Amino acid sequence: MIAGISIYEIFTLTSILFFIGIYGFITRKNLISILISLELILNASAVNFVVINKYLYPDVLQGVFFSIFIIAVAAAETALAVAIIINLYRQISSVEVKDTEIMKY
Amino acid sequence: MDISYIVFIPLIPLAVFLLLGIFNQQIKPAVSGYIGVLGLATSAALSYYAAYQYFFVSGKVDGVYPTFVEKTVWMNFTDTLHIDMGILIDPISVMMLIVVTTISLMVHIYSRGYMHGDAGYTKFFAYLSLFSFSMLGLVLATNLFQIYIFWELVGVSSFLLIGYYYTKTSAVAAAKKAFIVTRFADFGFLIGILIVGYYAGTFDFQTLNAVNPEGEGLLFQWGASSFMGLSVITWALILIFMGGAGKSAMFPLHIWLPDAMEGPTPVSALIHAATMVVAGVYLVARLFPMYYFVEDGFALNIVAYVGAFSSLFAAIIALTQTDIKRVLAFSTMSQIGYMMLALGVSSYKGHEGVGYMASMFHLFTHAMFKALLFLGAGSVIHAVHSNYLKDMGSLRKYMPITNITFLIAALAIAGVPPFAGFWSKDEILVAAFEKNQLLYFVGLFVAGLTAFYMFRLYFGIFWGKETKYHHEPHESPMSMAFPLLFLAIMSIVAGFIPFSEFITADKAGFEGHLDLPLAAVAVGTGLVGIILAWIFYKKENDLAERFSNAFGMFYKWTFHKFYFDELYLFITRKIIFNLISAPIAKFDKKYVDGTMEGIGNKTVIISEKIKGLQSGRLQDYAMFFVSGVVVVALVFIYLWT
Repeated sequence: MIAGISIYEIFTLTSILFFIGIYGFITRKNLISILISLELILNASAVNFVVINKYLYPDVLQGVFFSIFIIAVAAAETALAVAIIINLYRQISSVEVKDTEIMKY
Repeated sequence: MDISYIVFIPLIPLAVFLLLGIFNQQIKPAVSGYIGVLGLATSAALSYYAAYQYFFVSGKVDGVYPTFVEKTVWMNFTDTLHIDMGILIDPISVMMLIVVTTISLMVHIYSRGYMHGDAGYTKFFAYLSLFSFSMLGLVLATNLFQIYIFWELVGVSSFLLIGYYYTKTSAVAAAKKAFIVTRFADFGFLIGILIVGYYAGTFDFQTLNAVNPEGEGLLFQWGASSFMGLSVITWALILIFMGGAGKSAMFPLHIWLPDAMEGPTPVSALIHAATMVVAGVYLVARLFPMYYFVEDGFALNIVAYVGAFSSLFAAIIALTQTDIKRVLAFSTMSQIGYMMLALGVSSYKGHEGVGYMASMFHLFTHAMFKALLFLGAGSVIHAVHSNYLKDMGSLRKYMPITNITFLIAALAIAGVPPFAGFWSKDEILVAAFEKNQLLYFVGLFVAGLTAFYMFRLYFGIFWGKETKYHHEPHESPMSMAFPLLFLAIMSIVAGFIPFSEFITADKAGFEGHLDLPLAAVAVGTGLVGIILAWIFYKKENDLAERFSNAFGMFYKWTFHKFYFDELYLFITRKIIFNLISAPIAKFDKKYVDGTMEGIGNKTVIISEKIKGLQSGRLQDYAMFFVSGVVVVALVFIYLWT
């Protein structure tokens, strides 16, 4: 429970964060920027976990643990994605999304 | 009596078939002939031993020859209905073992000379062994289904051997024809078997044929259900006879037999004269108690009349044919008709069963002399390289052994005493005379015709005109002459076997005797036929031609086998193919195939259209995903109640 701030305000904040992430994911042309947008989405949900835990079930800590999991998984996933992007750059000398269409084959 | 060794009689030819078939390329022709002969010789020796054991050592029990059965369950349907595999030993199966192994052995020996230098020599012996295996299995079958399986196997081996010269169009056509016609007949056979299985609840010969004095069992309780005024069991028997008629070339399913002569001559001797074609007779004999007792022998009467008609029909056609193998083929058909006739007029008990015994007797003697005739004809064909009478004449000067043996066989089939055919044919005529005078006179007439066309053939080949040969014909080598001599001896002595003491319908045996007046009439008829042939064909003259011209139309019809081939072709090509098959094929193409192809084509079109969705752009996918989630979320929020 944080004094003076209601759960709705925090939810509004995380929703904005989340949709900024979605918007960035869909519109950015650069793979790295897409990755950053993805991080925003993940962080929004991590914050949600903590907040719901704090406001609804203050005597347990599962939500907090979950957000730590998410951070860990996000770190691993980012490392993987960056590795793929580097490899892709070596192959086609570009990190533009439009150049990766051939990957469907 | 221990019968377990009898199972090796069919299994040895099977082993030979596998050996020669698998190592077809590795085994040299010189060796493969010996392997084939050796295998069959072993089988033959075992058969003779089995016959000796059965008739003379084991002998009768309570005045009848016992039936030995050894079998294992192969397929189990219900407690009573199961298909067994096994061997059944009774007088007729022992007799058939002797016939099949003897003829097969002789044909194997003969083929070593006849097929010498042929490219498929090893393959030929492999097929011969396959046939021997199937035929022996058929003979030893314990139940209807086992006999059916081996029945089809002999059909296949016959198909393979007729089409042995597979580069010849006519041989291929003949093989197909034989297979299709017999398959068509076997369709009836199969339905018959299934009806018997359904109503009698068993396929087993012993159960089916059990004659209980108390009037129990199927033989006396056939009236349970009926179809079109006849007992269903009678229908089953008629259908089973249809199968037998197909294999035995009875009218109207005879059309394949003359064409089957396209095969090598030893094959004709083995399959299409002595063994496979009598399978139909054997089948009726095997089920004889059923044929006799069910509905007072209605089905048996059909057998008798079909046999008599086929016999007459074939004998008339045989008068006019010019291909010597075809004359022999029609003669075979005629003689098998004789056997069917004899079975048809037979009764069950004691001396009244003379027809049954005569039929089996004739089967035995006919196998010997007809195989001899075919092998003799093969020897002639080998020498002059032609099947046609016009290319032959005066061959007695070049081929003394073939001449003498062919003469013996011709005398035997003409029914001249003391040759084998006389004794068996006499018994058949006695049986027919006692039961049905009409059939007797048909039989007598056929006997005369038989003598005539046989001696027409004999005089045409060995006497008659002086033919100029391109290269001088020579007597066949010893490997071909030996079977001729052996079978000639058999054709002389086989008639003296007291058959009626060994093989009768009730297995009890009776004292056989010669009916002198009837025998005299039969011999007289035969002699008339021979003398007529002598007048017509001994010296070259135009008497025969003038005679055939006098008959004109009738001669032409006979020469073309009464146009039955053309009739069948007309029915199949013009009526069945055009009026029934063609519309069905059209329906199938248009609607059945059309539906299926339509489904396929539509799928292709739709997927062409939607495949643009898979663009490969990551953000398109993300867009679809997000919009999907939004839609689902809206549904859940506003529409979910």
